[in-house]
Amino acid sequence: MFSRAYKAVVTLPPLLWVTVFLLIPYLLMFCYSFWSVSAEQTIVHAWRLDNYRELLRVGVYWQTLLRSMWIAGRVTLFSLLLGYPLAYYLSFHAGKWKDLLYQLVIIPLWVSYLVRAYAWKTILGSDGVLNTLLQYVHLTKHPLEFLLYSPFAVVLTLTHIYTPFTFLPIYASLEHIPGNLVEASQDLGASPLQTFWRVIVPLSVPGVLAGATFAFVLSLGDFLAPLLLGGPSGIMISNIVVSLFGAAYNWPLGAAIAFVMMVLVVGLLFLSERLEKKWSFS
Amino acid sequence: MELLMRAAGSPVKGTRWLGLYAVAVFAFLYLPIAVLIIYSFNGEGVGGFPPHNLTVGWYRTLFADGAIWDSVINSVLVALAAVTIALAFGVPAALALDRAQFPGKALFRRLVLLPLILPGIITGLSLLMLFREADVKLSLLTIVLGHGTALISVATTEVFAGLQKLDRAQEEASLDLGANYWQTFWRITIPNLRLSIIGAALLIFTLSLDEIAVSFFLIGRDNTLPLEIWGRLRRGITPEINAISTIIFVFSLIAILLWYHLRFRSDGQTEIAAELVEAAVQGD
Amino acid sequence: MVPITTSDRPALAGSVSPSAEPLLRIRNVAKTFGKNVVLRDVSLDIAEGEFLTILGESGSGKTTLLRIVAGFETATAGEVWMGGERLDPFPPYRRRVNTVFQHYALFPHLTVEQNVGYGLRVAELPAEEVAPRVEQALGMVKMTAYAHSKPSTISGGQQQRVALARALINRPRLLLLDEPLSALDANLRRQMQVELKSLQREVGISFVFVTHDQEEAMVMSDRIALLRSGELEQVATPREIYSHPATAYTAQFIGHTNLLRAEVKKGVARFGSISWPVQVPDGRVLFSLRPEKIRLAGASGATTGDAVPFRGTVRHQAFQGATELLQIESPDGVVLSVRIASRREWRGELEFEFSPSDAVPVRDSRERV
Repeated sequence: MFSRAYKAVVTLPPLLWVTVFLLIPYLLMFCYSFWSVSAEQTIVHAWRLDNYRELLRVGVYWQTLLRSMWIAGRVTLFSLLLGYPLAYYLSFHAGKWKDLLYQLVIIPLWVSYLVRAYAWKTILGSDGVLNTLLQYVHLTKHPLEFLLYSPFAVVLTLTHIYTPFTFLPIYASLEHIPGNLVEASQDLGASPLQTFWRVIVPLSVPGVLAGATFAFVLSLGDFLAPLLLGGPSGIMISNIVVSLFGAAYNWPLGAAIAFVMMVLVVGLLFLSERLEKKWSFS
Repeated sequence: MELLMRAAGSPVKGTRWLGLYAVAVFAFLYLPIAVLIIYSFNGEGVGGFPPHNLTVGWYRTLFADGAIWDSVINSVLVALAAVTIALAFGVPAALALDRAQFPGKALFRRLVLLPLILPGIITGLSLLMLFREADVKLSLLTIVLGHGTALISVATTEVFAGLQKLDRAQEEASLDLGANYWQTFWRITIPNLRLSIIGAALLIFTLSLDEIAVSFFLIGRDNTLPLEIWGRLRRGITPEINAISTIIFVFSLIAILLWYHLRFRSDGQTEIAAELVEAAVQGD
Repeated sequence: MVPITTSDRPALAGSVSPSAEPLLRIRNVAKTFGKNVVLRDVSLDIAEGEFLTILGESGSGKTTLLRIVAGFETATAGEVWMGGERLDPFPPYRRRVNTVFQHYALFPHLTVEQNVGYGLRVAELPAEEVAPRVEQALGMVKMTAYAHSKPSTISGGQQQRVALARALINRPRLLLLDEPLSALDANLRRQMQVELKSLQREVGISFVFVTHDQEEAMVMSDRIALLRSGELEQVATPREIYSHPATAYTAQFIGHTNLLRAEVKKGVARFGSISWPVQVPDGRVLFSLRPEKIRLAGASGATTGDAVPFRGTVRHQAFQGATELLQIESPDGVVLSVRIASRREWRGELEFEFSPSDAVPVRDSRERV
């Protein structure tokens, strides 16, 4: 319906920008992963698989990757456990409070990530709010050390960050369920609990998948929470990459890890997308 | 409907447990923010329970802190520039995705939406390598380019959603009445997208102000606010940070309520933020 | 349970059955949503095996009434009884009542077969029992070939059959149908009307059908309950309600009619230049005269027997296939609609006649008892 000139004007600029600032950089990262660093700290443009061999050989890399996936998995699980019931409650039981409560869920989303991570740091520290509170009411005598600078702190903080993110698509898919389906199910003899498992849950799967994927992928690649709250035992794969681009100065190796992460993430996205299509019915 | 009100467990009892659980989740979500705000007034500084010696002293220190305000100005400038770039390229991208057919469209669509879901470190690092190879020095400009690139996806998603709701018949009517494509675009299409564009702008602005993952790698000499805070955090905690965080919270609150009412008032759609997540994951 | 008196509302004489135990008793049901009164004091009995239509405009409360019987709404006042025991305390999943929804409400994530068998599986019947019953139900609505299809792949009419099978397979005592044909196009609709009616006779259970389409109601029902602004206007068989409408509203809602606001004096009604003998008390009385009851006067121009003459010019003619609907205006300005068999175009001044008994007296506005 629109003229070709119009289409060209509309399509070319974003296409160009995306090519220059997204496609080329990602390709560049791919290229870097094959290069190496010389003794004089310059990048040698020689094409070898050395970096990838190093990743497979040296334990710390794939161990950290696995630990990161374990942390991301827990974050995803807890975010879902918090987000799904919340979404269900708002969608089916909140009545006239629904919109207000929805806004209340969104607000923390837009409060700075850094601010929220920092807040948990002040709460979980040995002189932090939680420890001093526990001591104040005489529940503990000494500060609990494991609260901060541990994987626990990272999981807790990231769960806090990503619960609204799992809530959103689950809420959207629950809202999309036509009211008459719930009525039809009850009309046919299903109790509310049976209706929940047979009708509501299957129809909310796409939302769950979207939220879970989002939470998992972003937790996996997170480096800020571990830096602030993770301590030595809470290091995640992105931290290794950060140091390789910083003090440890080995850009190519860092690029290799980053590229592996990217492949992993894109693979997960494809998988999630396929599953969502299979479970999407309207 | 009363029916749905009874839809969980044995009518009232199950619902009550669920309601309590919902309250608990809300508490979890707001606890850190509440602590943050309360302790920004705590004379003894961060930590220590219960808070006492309430003072606005930390705010005074904050307002006297030049470096922080420099970084705020930087952040605002970067955010404004990012909004401009993101809209300038995001709006056409949305139009292209909605209406044009061209080779590589599927790849284009995925690329545009990728920064939404790809961890910031990957986008940040790949841009860093680009600037390195192109011999561009790191500065606020590189941060602007980074934010703009990452946030085009937000603009595209919002405007695309707005386009879906646009009544094609209006544009067809305009053409029928004698306006050409350009006139139709400026007189009909853009005004109808006004709300989406404003909403997107607000969202992008807020996201840019808070952006840290991509900025982390592209920072030059001048800091944005999050990076300034980050730098101080590495050195140690001070309640001044609580104070600035509280201010950021209030600002975000206003921004998001504004955004929400813009969206909500227009058509009752309350799921736009969810669309961002879904678009990111599903790639469409 | 206090029986209601219908002596002063003869129009509702058909609403409650005096003798045989009806399947469903709706007694003085009222429903308010906030400030909005949707149903006021509705009482209705439904007999075993009957096809009853609740007819009304949008906003009349008909869907609300249906939902109260199904259990999706609770009445603000009044009671519902089924088979001698109160239905109100039971949630929908414990009532022997099933519903066919207006937009079918088929489960999109289940196949046709799984949809139909849903009620049986929920009741935890063993699979060996479910399968043959599903097969039989599908056969009854002629959807066997689509057993493994998903609802999104079949047409509206087909979805509707599946919805029917899904409801009937549970052998409810009462089937509720909420405007199930409104989304279908005209021809399919007529076809489904016939199919539904014969299905009901075959299955033998009571159907309560809700619609705003009076023609549909007349085609399918054993009885029609006309609902207006939350109250029953008239409950009677289709023929009865058509030939003896109780009120002007009924006369106009069901079919076309001419309303004659006549002055009655000493047994003679006068409307403009027309007058005819009546048996109602003096005063202003409203009469309903169906257009098809007005016929062309005999070729010779003489009136037959006690027929009332009416002469006027053709103002407008609407060809309707089998009949013509003419607007006739008499010299003193009285306009009547006349329906005659289609043959040709009519012009100029013509003479018509009708029998006095065809002018049925109707109540003007509803009198509150």
